[in-house]
Amino acid sequence: MLKLENISYIVEEDGLNKTILDNVSLTFEDGKTYVITGPNGSGKSTLVKLIMGIETPTSGNITLNGVSLDNLEINQRANLGISYAFQQPVKFKGLKVRDLLDWASGKKNDFATLCHYLSMVGLCARDYIDRALDDKLSGGELKRIELAMALCRNAKVNIFDEPEAGIDLWSFENLTNIFKNLKNCINIIVSHQKKILQIADEVILIKQGKVEKTGKYKQIAPLIESNQCNKLRGEHE
Amino acid sequence: MNKIEMALLEKVSGLHKIPVGAVNIRKNGEAVKRTSTSEIEIVPKKDGSGIDVFVKPNVKGKSVHIPVLITIGGIDEVVYNDFYIGENADITIIAGCGIHNSSCNSSTHNGIHTFHLAKNSRVKYYESHVGEGEDSGGKILNPTTKIYQDDGSQMDMQTIQIGGVTSTVRKTYASLKNKAKLIVTEKLLTTDFQTADTDFKINLIGAGSSAQIVSRSVAKNYSTQQFKSTLIGKNQCFGHVECDGILLDEARIVSVPKIDAADCNASLIHEAAIGKIAGEELIKLMTLGLTRQQAEEAIIQGFLMGDN
Repeated sequence: MLKLENISYIVEEDGLNKTILDNVSLTFEDGKTYVITGPNGSGKSTLVKLIMGIETPTSGNITLNGVSLDNLEINQRANLGISYAFQQPVKFKGLKVRDLLDWASGKKNDFATLCHYLSMVGLCARDYIDRALDDKLSGGELKRIELAMALCRNAKVNIFDEPEAGIDLWSFENLTNIFKNLKNCINIIVSHQKKILQIADEVILIKQGKVEKTGKYKQIAPLIESNQCNKLRGEHE
Repeated sequence: MNKIEMALLEKVSGLHKIPVGAVNIRKNGEAVKRTSTSEIEIVPKKDGSGIDVFVKPNVKGKSVHIPVLITIGGIDEVVYNDFYIGENADITIIAGCGIHNSSCNSSTHNGIHTFHLAKNSRVKYYESHVGEGEDSGGKILNPTTKIYQDDGSQMDMQTIQIGGVTSTVRKTYASLKNKAKLIVTEKLLTTDFQTADTDFKINLIGAGSSAQIVSRSVAKNYSTQQFKSTLIGKNQCFGHVECDGILLDEARIVSVPKIDAADCNASLIHEAAIGKIAGEELIKLMTLGLTRQQAEEAIIQGFLMGDN
């Protein structure tokens, strides 16, 4: 169980304090998939960055199975079983796809294993494992490799920040199937995508740094759709 | 050769044993092994200042090893090695110099390599420089490479110097005729108070000639590096120089580019980027479980040793 208690995140902007997250408390249970949604700038990505330790909350506590994460570095949280797929995949000069997948899974993988994880995201290992993770790969390819890295961690907590962004021609059905197959762990997905929201055990709607409502998609959908400025994005958008 | 010498030989040339074929091994100022073949002849210069290597036309798939080892202090040598590559030949040349100096006196190797590539010949040239040894004696390596390429020839030069060399001045001069192609990849790591100066001067004289120069360097601690490049296009040609540097600690990297299009059909590009390791790269690797230090090392290793 992952627990966020009274999390606030305040930054200074132009000499003024700006509250990004305001006293957020959430509980994520094992075996469930949560989709965090809400308008742009509502604090969704910040929330998951705080769980991974990429940002530090101004106040509040985070625990995983009773262990406090508050004073742990990013890598320590990773080694406790938290995985994080970036919204914008990071590029490296010289590091190969194989290197990244090996680090992600914490061991040297054989070809069959690499093939397994890359085929989950619709890529052929033979074409990719020895390629550098640099700008010679397309945005879509980088994004799928980012997802493969997260998958091969076999983590207790899987965080995906807007996994649908830039996923190119690969179908959303494949993407949602990946999440459906991630069982016995906590999945936290930041998304605007209707099809992804529909697979959630619980949708968490965040607005202006606060949890507006949590519940099944059907309960949350009217609240999102009532806000004309922040309609759910269509499948082909 | 003893253990230290064999280890050094492996580091500079990747050799586990003395190879067959065309070989010239120089140790502490003297040739200790020299073998020619029917296709590749190695001839000492009459004044003893170096060797001439003659590769016959149409020789393909052969290699020449010419490592230099220095295992004592107080050496200061200038060596001239000239390579004459026959028409249509396609060969690999593996050079390199290793200094293992555990004395308080400096040792210096100035290697001046001149390549004459005849029409349509191809050369892959690997040059590795290594410095090691505990005491204060300098390990100084100053390679100069001169490349003269005739029509349609291709030179692929890969140089690497990963630490241990106290100071280095690396000069590369090239002149390319019609449709000649030059690819240079330089990888450099300096630490402590080491200095590295790189100076490229490439003349694209012939129509359709091209040059691609890629330098990747990492400067740590208080080390300093200077990268100078002059790319001159005197015909319809293409030239690209890329200097990528990672800075750590209190190190400094200076990049001084010059591109000179002396013909309206010349297309020349220079790119330079120097900076710290990107924060997002460190964070990404840390999310995979690597410590900050492991992430930093992995990024540097990939940057220097990975493909371009």
